[in-house]
Amino acid sequence: MIRLETLRAPKVEVQVLTGGEGPDLLFLHGAGGLVAEDPFLDALAARFRVHAPLLPGYGDSAECHEIRTMLDFTLHTHDVMNALGLVRPVVVGHSMGGMIAAEMAAVAPNDIDRLALLCPAGLWLDAYPMPDIFAMVPHELPAVLFHDVEAGAAMMTAGADFSDLDFLQRFLVQNARQLGMAGKILFPIPDRGLAERLYRIKARTLLIWGASDRLTPLPYAEAFRDGIAGSELVVIPEAGHMVPLEQTARVVEAIGRLA
Amino acid sequence: MKFTWFNLMPWPHLPDDFRKKHRSVWVDIDAKLYDPVKGHDVYNDYLDMLEYADGLGYDGVGVNEHHQNAYGMMPSPNIMAAAISRRALNAAIVVLGNSLSLYNPPVRVAEEFAMLDVISGGRLVAGFPVGTSMDTNYCYGDIPALTRERYQEAHDLVRKAWRETEPFAWNGRYTKLRYVNTWPKPIQQPPPIHIPGGGSVETYDFCLDNVYSYSYLSFSGYIRAKALLQGYWDRLTERNEPDESPYRAGFAQTICVAETDAEAERLYAPHVNYFFNRCLHIAPGFADAPGYRTIKTIKSGALSQFSPNFEEAAHMSWGDLVDGGFIIAGSPDTVRERMEDMIKGLHVGNIFCLIHVGDMPIEKTKYSTRLFAEKVMPKLRNLWPEYQDDERFWCKPLAERATPGPVSERKGKGGAQ
Repeated sequence: MIRLETLRAPKVEVQVLTGGEGPDLLFLHGAGGLVAEDPFLDALAARFRVHAPLLPGYGDSAECHEIRTMLDFTLHTHDVMNALGLVRPVVVGHSMGGMIAAEMAAVAPNDIDRLALLCPAGLWLDAYPMPDIFAMVPHELPAVLFHDVEAGAAMMTAGADFSDLDFLQRFLVQNARQLGMAGKILFPIPDRGLAERLYRIKARTLLIWGASDRLTPLPYAEAFRDGIAGSELVVIPEAGHMVPLEQTARVVEAIGRLA
Repeated sequence: MKFTWFNLMPWPHLPDDFRKKHRSVWVDIDAKLYDPVKGHDVYNDYLDMLEYADGLGYDGVGVNEHHQNAYGMMPSPNIMAAAISRRALNAAIVVLGNSLSLYNPPVRVAEEFAMLDVISGGRLVAGFPVGTSMDTNYCYGDIPALTRERYQEAHDLVRKAWRETEPFAWNGRYTKLRYVNTWPKPIQQPPPIHIPGGGSVETYDFCLDNVYSYSYLSFSGYIRAKALLQGYWDRLTERNEPDESPYRAGFAQTICVAETDAEAERLYAPHVNYFFNRCLHIAPGFADAPGYRTIKTIKSGALSQFSPNFEEAAHMSWGDLVDGGFIIAGSPDTVRERMEDMIKGLHVGNIFCLIHVGDMPIEKTKYSTRLFAEKVMPKLRNLWPEYQDDERFWCKPLAERATPGPVSERKGKGGAQ
């Protein structure tokens, strides 16, 4: 069972989704956020004690305007890890969360010794410009996020009714809170200098990628692999950028090797 | 009343099938549609129009700032303002305005506005817009959730740079300068400041706190503007500020004048259609970067309430555009009557007259501009007699100003010797 708990970090009160038994695992969500019913969290919780903090402003958690820069995000998340009492947990991050996880491992290489990055953001390759999710309307997203676009669209629009003005306003507020926060490190180009810091990572690192990722295509996986000494790339077929949702079991199985 | 002849400077050569073949007039517009040789004539026509308006007694001539955009070709409004300031010698030079968060360092705005004020002999009316999300975030890469904080800091810096008489250090979050000592300083201390806003309570308060005029620059006309500007006046009442001078607010309105209502439709309908159909065709993904609007603004319902549906306006008939108040058009009498409704209904003292519309050629523009100046403006002049002494929101030019000296004799047109 995943439960929502709150905890006091130095700058803001943070919501954390917690559950499961096993080795401690810190999971950092992507720009789309996370809910307690997330099937990937459930699957992780079958093997790990999962701690998944929401970034301030995600869900209905408090916003934190003092978090502005990449360093702020990195140190905030480190603060949360400490506030949770975690010592060298397995650190897993998806997309934007992977970018933060990689930064944490680069900034404090002795505190993080096992790292799983699920198609992390954080690099930019001129030859493979990433699609701009900030300039897309909701119905355009599934095509860049999912291998199975139709199934992905169904997943994303479950319960959504954009013709209902109340729903639309709630959606716009949530979007502004969440993607507004994400934009601080992803807009307009999701590169805050991580490439120059990757060499500092000492953790045993798994890079887990959907073979048909159209948001961060495979050359990004290779760039991360080349940048992090000893890292291992696991490419999962029939999965796009939302690989934890599209191939949940295979992703959890791969992360299990870090247990 | 203060009437400013305002030109957006749209690109007048968008193809007929623009809406069908192209996804956006803004941000990622097809660069191949621009032709700099044609652009030469376009810019010069537009500058002529502004100078012509000055000669007819408009109170101001106005320019603004947009980027990567075929409906407004002034990435640098200050260049246009400088270009007209030595030929348009009477009107206020209304720059509405410089998007503060896009200037690095923002003292650039303090400097250039001061230059314009000094060149023009104290005729600058300065605008400080946050800038649209298209310009600020998508074209200039400003991080949406930080745009307002950066804007606020830039504003404070510009105001201080104008005010201080000694060099000072500025240790801002976004700008760090060891020596701020802008030269020149503006003649007006400070120039009157107008803030274009889109219905957020924060902007209402910002204007009221600083005694700035609040401008609503929409293209959807005065009927739809009622709720937004009423929000401003309500806020003033809520704050218990008794000062209800209409000069605290301004409004932009598309205006087309001819001898008769029928002639107005015949002359101007194609150009109005060009504007609503092509110039406002913006990819929905560029409308509003997440984080650009404050949560308070979204929750206030301002977006659904105030956002015009340009998709709809793109296909409206002339009659629908007139009836819906998108445009005020017709004979001088018709226009005067509707202008009066608008001015009183919105309680505004500053009108930004959008008389050049879409791909309207210069002769038609001059015709409409002259009719408005001669047959409409005089009858609207004194709608607010009780506030006629309120000079807070308009420029105070030097009584004696330099006139440009003669140029040396040339053989005909520039470059044609």
